[in-house]
Amino acid sequence: MGPIVTLTGLPEWVDLLFALVIGIGFGFALEQAGFSSSRKLAGMFYGYDTTVIKVFFTAAIVALVGSQLLSYFGLLDLNLVFVNEFYVKAAIIGGIIMGAGFIMGGFCPGTGLSALSIGKIDAMVFAAGGLAGAFLFAETYPYIQNLANGTYKGPVKINEALGISPGLFTLLLIVAALVMFWIAEIAEKRFARPDITDNI
Amino acid sequence: MKNKYMNPYIAGTLLGLVLLMAMFLSGRGLGASGGLKYCVVSIVGAVDRQHTDNSVYYGKYFEDGNKPLKNWLTVELLGLLIGGFISGAISKRLKLQVEKSPDISVTRRLVFAFLGGVFFVYGAQLARGCTSGAALSGMAVLSLAGFVTMMAIFGSAYVFAWFFRKNWI
Repeated sequence: MGPIVTLTGLPEWVDLLFALVIGIGFGFALEQAGFSSSRKLAGMFYGYDTTVIKVFFTAAIVALVGSQLLSYFGLLDLNLVFVNEFYVKAAIIGGIIMGAGFIMGGFCPGTGLSALSIGKIDAMVFAAGGLAGAFLFAETYPYIQNLANGTYKGPVKINEALGISPGLFTLLLIVAALVMFWIAEIAEKRFARPDITDNI
Repeated sequence: MKNKYMNPYIAGTLLGLVLLMAMFLSGRGLGASGGLKYCVVSIVGAVDRQHTDNSVYYGKYFEDGNKPLKNWLTVELLGLLIGGFISGAISKRLKLQVEKSPDISVTRRLVFAFLGGVFFVYGAQLARGCTSGAALSGMAVLSLAGFVTMMAIFGSAYVFAWFFRKNWI
């Protein structure tokens, strides 16, 4: 029955060992997907390579369906799994700032670190910028804490907000993902850039 | 002859299983920007402990003699680097290089890479998570915050893509 650490009261070092193993799997999957290449990631926003949406939504759906199955068979208590809390303005404004960073830097933090690990110098500079960004946030926190902590809604679930069951929402998400994958395939042909994709 | 990347749907399934494992073992999702924050908090604490103790932001990370580096997210971050390196080694992609469009200079690429890092992680601290911790992990637990953050990140990147197109295409 999971979550294992929460329910079995294992010592902290076991949880940290899990963190290490999970991290290794995380980095391995990101690098294998090609997320260690900024030009591949940026393709998502110009249409010539849509790997990002395929990997991202496949992963979210696998974890979503998998966790609901584990819960259904009594193997995982979903009430004990962390659900992100919703601060409306912080989520939207933070997301907009992140999107600008994504297209400037060509990475997000996880993909940047996977690229750094195979020797991409641009990713090392991106990570240095990331450390600077975290420092800047900490130092400017007194001025933005109202924004950061305001409009708090709690750990709201999207299916509850829509008034439908988790299973129905999951089904709708799968249908939406299949439509997006189909559009992504069309986009890759329409905006094809073999001069870029052959070199990444 | 270059080693090809994994099929995106297979790589996505693998990533999803890793996320499921994090949920099942530790009751949490994946994260990347959080680990960076703990590194910064730790460095600032080592350089100027008075500053961190007096700060509304840093103070909480050092309460009760806590060590910010001994944290699930920082250990996971270390694993991320190891996992990426192993994957690069297996697929023969280990190489020191600046990856960029041939139409722009190395300096331009690196300046934008740095700025991108600053923006991304600043935004991630505000939204309490980046593409991994807020968007991907949030979606997997049906968090409304996760879906909203995901749409804000991708929507914004599509809008800004036009302004920065010379860097990429």
